[in-house]
Amino acid sequence: MSMDNKAKIGEYLSRFFPVQDLKDDDDIFQLGFVSSMFAIQLVSFVEHEFGLTIDNDDLELDNFRSVGAIDAFVTRKLSASVAS
Amino acid sequence: MTTVKCVVWDLDNTVWEGVLLEDGDVKLRPGVVDVLRTLDERGILHSVASRNDHDAAMAKLEELGIAEYFLYPQINWGNKSDSVKAVAEAINIGIDTLAFVDDQPFERDEVRFTHPQVLCIDALDVERVPGLPEMHPRFVTADSRERRHLYRADAERNQAEAGHDGTAEEFLASLNMRFTIAPAQERDLQRAEELTVRTNQLNATGYTYSYEELDAFRTSPGHDLLVAGLEDRYGTYGKIGLALVERGEDAWTVKLLLMSCRVMSRGVGSVLLAHLIREAAAAGVRLRAEFVPTNRNRSMYVTYKFAGFRETTTDGGVSVLEHDLARVPGFPPYMEVLVES
Repeated sequence: MSMDNKAKIGEYLSRFFPVQDLKDDDDIFQLGFVSSMFAIQLVSFVEHEFGLTIDNDDLELDNFRSVGAIDAFVTRKLSASVAS
Repeated sequence: MTTVKCVVWDLDNTVWEGVLLEDGDVKLRPGVVDVLRTLDERGILHSVASRNDHDAAMAKLEELGIAEYFLYPQINWGNKSDSVKAVAEAINIGIDTLAFVDDQPFERDEVRFTHPQVLCIDALDVERVPGLPEMHPRFVTADSRERRHLYRADAERNQAEAGHDGTAEEFLASLNMRFTIAPAQERDLQRAEELTVRTNQLNATGYTYSYEELDAFRTSPGHDLLVAGLEDRYGTYGKIGLALVERGEDAWTVKLLLMSCRVMSRGVGSVLLAHLIREAAAAGVRLRAEFVPTNRNRSMYVTYKFAGFRETTTDGGVSVLEHDLARVPGFPPYMEVLVES
């Protein structure tokens, strides 16, 4: 399940970054391209693709800086919503 | 009353006298060119909604020397209400900011029925158009007089972007952008005031300031009022950003950060923030920013957060964000950044 999520996230990010084979822990913010448009698109992508609501408190760089970080964040949010 | 941002013109028996496909030698309606020019100088745009042969009508507009005035002309056999809507979408302005000029009551009624917010004008009244209160924008600045060229450059860019094969970053690199950050001069103040009133999509606090207030900040030793401009190989975008920083002894507070939504995908909001972070770090002060959420500025909040700001307090709808200055950002490689002092 998590592998599927990573593949979806990686596929989405590859539209923005001129990088072949984005690795799990490649820091996309170090790679340079962060416009307001990209930032809000990335947040909307995660919300819609995984059916989440992202609160202001979740909007931390550490949750979005790599494929692995987004995947971990999504997994955490999904399990929290199941638990509650 | 809503100020008109774009006038959409019928052609046959409106811009020119006669029907082009019946008489290839049609002449301009008297007064039309003056109206086009007068409104253009006020920063009001023009477009076309005509049922006509596209190529023949465009050739005639060229021949008459007025083709350059019209952005995204809609010349086809469809409904005028669809054409008017297409113009609003292409320019990315609200349909309530359009006026529509046509000699035929049927066409005006058809547009009015579908879009009651559009100001419909009889071609017979064309010479009275510049005198209408809706045709007097609150501000006429150097940027508004240039507006048609700004939008035309945007149209070319959009076309280039749509036809671009690679990634977004590669496209940005191909633009050869030059971003300038400079203290506001007196001549910038009207545009600065216009930006605080016009731009609400990417305004971090939504505060608006009058010309006099901005002038006071400009000359106050306790404040920095910065204006940002952008150009690329398609031309200038004009002055597209504004920041107001209150300089306290051990902390600076960003009271206002705004960017025109036309440059939302260019990464310049992050660059302006990066500049402020670097300046604060160099001055050895803390950097705070106020944020007031609206239903349209979430992307600005995300920009702050992704630039390394953290929310510290919320009081009466105003959040305060703070950057810890631990990681001071550089400027992106795909853009030349000029900081004037």
